[in-house]
Amino acid sequence: MIAPHQGFHMKILVAMKQVAARDSVLQPAADGRWIDESEMTYEINEPDAYAIEAGLQLKEQQGGEVVVLAAGPARVSSSIREALAKGADRAIHIEEDGLDGWDSLSLARLLAGAARIESPDLILTGLQSDDAGRGETGVMMAELLGLAHATIVMKIDVGGGVLRVKRELEGGWFQDLTVPMPALLGVQSGINKLRYATLMGIKKARTKEVKVMTAADLGVEAAPLAVLERLAPPVKKKQGEMIGGTPREQAAKLIEKLRFEARAI
Amino acid sequence: MSRVLVVAEQQGGTLHKMSLETLAAGQSLGGELTVAVMGVGADQAAQALAGYEASKVVVLDHPALAVYTASAAVAALAWLITAEQPDVVLLPHTYQTRDFAPRLAARLGRPLVSDAVSVAMDGQGVAAERQLFLGKMAGTVRCDGNGPAIVTLQAGAYRADQAKAGTTPVESVKPELGELGPCAVPGEPYRESARTVDLSAAERIVAAGRGIKEEGNLEIVKELAEALGAELAASRPICDNGWLGMERQVGSSGQTVAPKLYVAVGISGAIQHIVGMKGSKCVVAINRDADAPIFESADYGIVGDLFEVVPAIVEELKG
Repeated sequence: MIAPHQGFHMKILVAMKQVAARDSVLQPAADGRWIDESEMTYEINEPDAYAIEAGLQLKEQQGGEVVVLAAGPARVSSSIREALAKGADRAIHIEEDGLDGWDSLSLARLLAGAARIESPDLILTGLQSDDAGRGETGVMMAELLGLAHATIVMKIDVGGGVLRVKRELEGGWFQDLTVPMPALLGVQSGINKLRYATLMGIKKARTKEVKVMTAADLGVEAAPLAVLERLAPPVKKKQGEMIGGTPREQAAKLIEKLRFEARAI
Repeated sequence: MSRVLVVAEQQGGTLHKMSLETLAAGQSLGGELTVAVMGVGADQAAQALAGYEASKVVVLDHPALAVYTASAAVAALAWLITAEQPDVVLLPHTYQTRDFAPRLAARLGRPLVSDAVSVAMDGQGVAAERQLFLGKMAGTVRCDGNGPAIVTLQAGAYRADQAKAGTTPVESVKPELGELGPCAVPGEPYRESARTVDLSAAERIVAAGRGIKEEGNLEIVKELAEALGAELAASRPICDNGWLGMERQVGSSGQTVAPKLYVAVGISGAIQHIVGMKGSKCVVAINRDADAPIFESADYGIVGDLFEVVPAIVEELKG
């Protein structure tokens, strides 16, 4: 590893996921093990968008390269193109169907396999995915690759061969950490302002390299230690009362209830 | 008999409030229960844990464990789990657990179920319930029965006051940590700025979420707060955008509140927000998405356009 200095070429790998768009109407699939994916639209997992942005900003400050890594079916290529249009230099697509049924450790093995070939100075991930919401895969990758890591990262500075990061603790506390490179950082959502792809960026993205591989290429197969047996809409915990009608009627009914039923005002 | 390991979290001798919830979960599974604790102050925390029903409390005592690092925590717990061979390892789903539990699971090659709302054991092994799709779906995850399953439990999933009292022996052990490998070196924790607003004392709170779309629209929510004599608060994205100060943020990374009335405007209800306001006596949710998880926690729900509904409520209050 070359020590970072002025002009140090930092290789940054951003692991991202494509997930169902935030406003999707969700229905369990017929087998009750995942959601019904027909007529679903997809987007870059929002927490990962902050990791991509953090990577692009580091590259702009430091010089280097941003490589995007994503696993999933063919449709994932649209999100990969979006990341490339924002400014990532190239991408790796592990094209594989049915990964939603894989557990986090199997997925981490898959992603770590691709990361190992690249041997980046820094791997960035988002906080968690908006679909499975495990927040496990990134930290597992760090273990599999033998890297130092930090999670819930608010700020990243590079210098003197190490990363200085600000980590969020609970209840409004923070902590600064020194992390030796190569390292993996899981970034907190909302730490930067996301950029949009420019027309020029979208144009350029068409010619950028996307390496397509499969799980078999990486010698990884799902060895499910944990399986999602059943997926269903949650059972309501609180028997809340839904107030219908026009906005005016809703307002009148709500105030009536707050005054005389809940006695909260 | 099944074996259960609970890993309690403590700081400077004070148990994290979720530690007793996790202990209660461990007790509910039956079987032989070991409770482990580590770090500066672990002895004192162990004395508090000894007042609850379990088989033993184990203090993991090693200089490398004094201040939390993921590498030492993983090494110590991997050592303990290998020695004890529990069927299930339960941890509170804290920021600290989130930092090391995936590494621990990967080290052991064992399953991890994060942020579970319940855990159960049967003849086939461990099964846990958890939320997916930001709380819009609930799932059951089944772990293979070929060794320990690691499960982290969401805040409030079990009740601390249900933890059964008892007298439990405490023992101190020195784990073999081996070579620790590269690791982040932690600095002293600090607070960013003094809080100027104490939301925890507010009787009524009106909170805005990303449904308000633009900073200018915060005005509509402010008017409602004024009309109700309430403090203004927000979910995380609003504070991240700088539309409101961090001191007005409710949730796991902000303040925990328990007012008489909590009105959530355009807040979808991610669990990180819910944990900060679920103690409220009366919750009103206004959201255009009928499937938003905030309605799970609401006493009164209004599905509709907040830009129409909120001004109508203000009108009604003034009229």
